[in-house]
Amino acid sequence: MIKFSEKQLKIPKLVRPVYLVTAGMSKFDRAFPQTRTEELCIDALTAAADFVNMTPTELKQYIHTAYYGHFADHFGDQLLGEAVIHDRLGLDPLGTIGVKTGGATGGSTMWEAVKAVASGYSDCALALGWERMDEVPTDEGNHLIACAADKDWETPLGHIYTGYYAVMAQRYWKIFGREEPSFRDTMAEIAVKNRGYARMNPHAHGPMDITIDDVKNSPVIAHPLRALDCCLMSVGAACGIVCDEETAYEITDNPLRIYIGAGSHTLRVGDRRDMKVPLLPNEEPGQYDDLGKEFSGGDRYPGFTSFLAARVAAYYAYNMAGINDPLEDFDVIETHDAFTISDIQTYEDVGIKPYGHGREYIESGEAYLINPNTKKQGKLPSNPSGGLIGCMHAVGATGLMQIAEIGYHIWNRWDEIHEPQEKWDAFGREKPKDWKSLQVKGAKSGLAISHAGVGSHVTCTILMDPNNLLKED
Amino acid sequence: MPKTEEEKGFVEIVDGNYKIKGKFHIVEENQPIFNKDTGKLAGVTNPRDMTYIHSYGGEAPFFEGITQGKLLASRCDNEHCLSKGKIFEPFRIHCPDCLRKNTIVDITDKAKNKAKIHTFIITHRAGAFNTLPKPIKFINVEFDEEVATILMSILAVGEPNIGKRVVPIFNTKKPTYTIMDLRFVPEGTPETELPKGFTF
Repeated sequence: MIKFSEKQLKIPKLVRPVYLVTAGMSKFDRAFPQTRTEELCIDALTAAADFVNMTPTELKQYIHTAYYGHFADHFGDQLLGEAVIHDRLGLDPLGTIGVKTGGATGGSTMWEAVKAVASGYSDCALALGWERMDEVPTDEGNHLIACAADKDWETPLGHIYTGYYAVMAQRYWKIFGREEPSFRDTMAEIAVKNRGYARMNPHAHGPMDITIDDVKNSPVIAHPLRALDCCLMSVGAACGIVCDEETAYEITDNPLRIYIGAGSHTLRVGDRRDMKVPLLPNEEPGQYDDLGKEFSGGDRYPGFTSFLAARVAAYYAYNMAGINDPLEDFDVIETHDAFTISDIQTYEDVGIKPYGHGREYIESGEAYLINPNTKKQGKLPSNPSGGLIGCMHAVGATGLMQIAEIGYHIWNRWDEIHEPQEKWDAFGREKPKDWKSLQVKGAKSGLAISHAGVGSHVTCTILMDPNNLLKED
Repeated sequence: MPKTEEEKGFVEIVDGNYKIKGKFHIVEENQPIFNKDTGKLAGVTNPRDMTYIHSYGGEAPFFEGITQGKLLASRCDNEHCLSKGKIFEPFRIHCPDCLRKNTIVDITDKAKNKAKIHTFIITHRAGAFNTLPKPIKFINVEFDEEVATILMSILAVGEPNIGKRVVPIFNTKKPTYTIMDLRFVPEGTPETELPKGFTF
């Protein structure tokens, strides 16, 4: 589709407000050789119950339907794994369904739960996701991931997803990065920042204290991407619970408003036909008319350099929530930093910076908790959890981890989740001597972007303090 | 270890139904997984060897074409469609806009004369079941403005660069009947440098 009708561009409407009341996460790691998936899911739901001072039994009394995000059945060798988890959580005979949208599975799962509450079908819905990627050898895992590409036209070529994905990075690197060493450094800065933030997160699977040179000297995966430019491959679970207003205030005094928009684009990147850039509220007609002149080769949109699904998801979500300028209107953001370069692409897709200028978000220091240039609080800190690069990418859980982390900031309870020594001890992880709080002070709104592979599915979830909404219902 | 001929599974279509012969799975016993530190049981391996049966459906002409040295694509010829005249490669059975069945067109000459690299990546990694030599040089091939889409393939000879002119080569001698039978080489590559089984 290269032209949209007015009906397709309709701003989605939740027929009643929906609130996030709590969220929880398990420990994330590369492998759990002595833990079943259900144990991780129970850890996540128990953490969500703890967060609102309830027992799991008490919290479960509110849940009316359950939405489960688990992308890769073939990794776990268990069809209907959702039914197994639903049973082990003791939620039968409630209605339940599984959601699978690749890397966006977590966000899509919450999308379904929010719609169930907004429609009135349920007053309280559970969105819970997990992934189990440690039970096959790595090369077989690579093949299983490559099955998410087109089975006839792509997968037989190397059985390696990198080959289908990194061609986009290469094109962006050449056209918009202009192969500049300074751009290479900016990419590396994202890896340093996110792995460094992960050091403060006991749940995180990949914390590291590294430098830009460490990233640039790490092994080449597919030029220009090196090992430390790439996200983790994790196991773990995360969840969130959403309610209508009345139920939300029965569970907690501080529920958060939640809005979600979703977009999609072709599974094969090459099938993406040219179109005009759809504009976000902070962009002007004609703004991109000369993009091809500014960046030679940059005139093909979305081509191999932009994620239309992210742009469309942002279009829907921003207009639902009254976001005009993401840099001004959000206080914290969790992006889907699968790779450092795709993170930069996403800054443009969601309108933090104009197309071609994503790097400036990092270089300005605005993406840091403390702006390294001004030494003041960054305007829009990104991925204080550590993101996919530093915290985890347990596919079905990732989007839900991001939503949980944004929630902890707005609830002003980030420290409570990340500081306690007992949690570091229970997870068998050493708390850094220089541990510090990454709580974004005064956070009132945030954005979480959940993104599948080459951009086939993307969701944008917005959380807001209900006393600081930007748009009237 | 590769399967013997007797261990392979073969399929034909007879009277509209699949008819299979040979072995479609080989049974191997599972093994226990013990924790070496505690000596206690933690899990088991679950070995499995399966063969899927897959229909190309309306895309079959493309996959047969590349075994015969032809690059087939498809074109929307619906007078009332915005995409009228647009060619799709990868081959699409139906136009994505009007959903009418596309017309099959031969773009072998177009590919020989106009194909160039849109983007590329070189990787030393591969997944299980890969048969390509490493490093693998993935390329995305653009044709001309008539072709609305871009085709993923492999550069079999030389080094990739954005904008480099390439020509298709076809595994006509011992085809696999998969997308692996189509690759590209830089324009001017002598036939002697092509991978075994491939011709222009």
